Amino acid sequence: MQVFGLYNYWVVIILMMIGLYVVIASGNLIKKIVGLNIFQTSVFILYISIGKLDGGTAPILVEGVTSYSNPLPHVLILTAIVVGVATTALGLALAVRIHGAYGSIEEDEIQEQDNAS
Amino acid sequence: MISTQLPALQVVIPLLAGPTCLLLHHSRLSWGLATSASWVALFISLALLDQVLATGPISYELGGWAAPWGIEYRIDEINAFVLLIISGISAITISFARASIEHEVHNKQVYLVYTGWMLCLSGLLGIAITGDVFNVFVFLEISSLSSYLLISLSRDRRALTAAFRYLVMGTIGATFILIGIALLYMMTGTLNMSDLAARIPSVSDTRTVKIAFAFLTAGIGLKAAMFPMHFWLPNAYAYAPSAISALFAGTATKVAIYLLLRFFFTIFGVEFSFETMKLDRILLPLALAGIFVASTVAIFQTDIKRMLGYSSIAQIGYMVLGVSLVSVTGVTAAILHLFNHALMKTALFVALGCVFFRVGSVTRGDLAGIGYAMPWTMGAFVLGGLSLVGIPLTVGFISKWYLIVAALEQQMWWLAGLVLISSLLALVYVWRVIEIAYFGTPGDRSTEIKEAPATLLIPTWILITANIYFGVDTSLTVGVAERAAQALLGNVS
Repeated sequence: MQVFGLYNYWVVIILMMIGLYVVIASGNLIKKIVGLNIFQTSVFILYISIGKLDGGTAPILVEGVTSYSNPLPHVLILTAIVVGVATTALGLALAVRIHGAYGSIEEDEIQEQDNAS
Repeated sequence: MISTQLPALQVVIPLLAGPTCLLLHHSRLSWGLATSASWVALFISLALLDQVLATGPISYELGGWAAPWGIEYRIDEINAFVLLIISGISAITISFARASIEHEVHNKQVYLVYTGWMLCLSGLLGIAITGDVFNVFVFLEISSLSSYLLISLSRDRRALTAAFRYLVMGTIGATFILIGIALLYMMTGTLNMSDLAARIPSVSDTRTVKIAFAFLTAGIGLKAAMFPMHFWLPNAYAYAPSAISALFAGTATKVAIYLLLRFFFTIFGVEFSFETMKLDRILLPLALAGIFVASTVAIFQTDIKRMLGYSSIAQIGYMVLGVSLVSVTGVTAAILHLFNHALMKTALFVALGCVFFRVGSVTRGDLAGIGYAMPWTMGAFVLGGLSLVGIPLTVGFISKWYLIVAALEQQMWWLAGLVLISSLLALVYVWRVIEIAYFGTPGDRSTEIKEAPATLLIPTWILITANIYFGVDTSLTVGVAERAAQALLGNVS
């Protein structure tokens, strides 16, 4: 069936929604970063799916092979993965410093301390 | 010839200066390096603008790879103008930054500020100069990651949570843009902007392209702090070090507005964006709501930097309003306001930086009677504030004038009226600062407060002079903005 034949796109959408939901719904800063990671991973899968051709192989010239996957989206997403790692590292570093300054990584407790001061 | 390599040097010089600042590991030395790199970037962008105005758009093939395959840097009137805004604001604020940053950032972290500053500058310049949509994403992330770092370097612990919130929102925005780019690549097989513009019309009735448009609009809107996606901005501006707030106020959201223009007008085309998708019908009410809500909220702020942050959201509303009119005059007004708002808001933040340097706070109560203790600083603030309101002979008047003319061209009298009423709101929040600074009863500490040092005052007054100069002599700004608007709108009248 056409709908399930493209199941990887369904995976993308489900992961994207889970990730966004975690970012919005959770008050814990680390969990927010986890959500952000899931959200970004869904986009990585989207890019990889775009480049993949049914029955295509890696784009290396070999005799007898006629269909190749498109390497460009795969290369692009390598860049985006690096960006994702940098974002996660920076986010975690900020969480560590927030914990040092407030003694908590729960959003509502931090808010309370800010309101009190 | 070196002059043919200018487009690459524009980005590469700050990009190399960043890590070098890190290696220098010395506050003054890295400030010196970053300042020279910033001024060099300004001269390069002036040379580029001159070249574009004289001979038309420049196309630069990075690494010698021809356009649709390799990355192309393409500079026409609008991005030459945006490059000038970014590098100009950066050059002046970084000259201001030395004393201010040493005062507001922990001594051991000062060199990190200039590292982040240079990376942020190269990211912003890169977004404006590139003709490749994936390259836009990469530069966007370079500038965003360094801006999260810059905000978090403040001594105020609230800056950490502000930076974290900005990181979450900014990453969602950038990932939305990434999704939009993926969907466009899926349908067209290209990442080059002019190539995309040529290929989109043949697939523009597919749902994929329409969804790509939606994702890009939301993503760029988040980055531009377009109402109602502005929640990250006020805290980020309020708690960052003063010089950093000044830099962001003049550059970060401006680049996002440039992206908005680039995507809607050049890549998707006027017909698709505004006739098929009817984007103007969403932008116009959102812009008006942004102007009125943010201006009203600004009136009730006690922290003046936060107040200016809300005011920035309102000013973004004016730019979006100009875009949503979809006429040459409207887009001219938007581009003009990009430049003019960068000048006035940076001037105001820099003046507040002087206040913070002496007073150590910018809340309303601590500013009582400061107008007499710091006459030059507050004089600059008053002139900048008048420019924000839109008094004649300042740049603020020029952009409002074009906006109102654009509204009247389309017989929208009510819109012109609303723009005028919203200016009164700006007058109210500016007046509230003037009132406390000149008519408030000075506190106990007021006798200790002196005028800010000349190293801070000179850059402030350069910006204020620019506010007045470009409010009187508009031949450069209006000329460039009109040409850019005509180029963006193409044959549409």
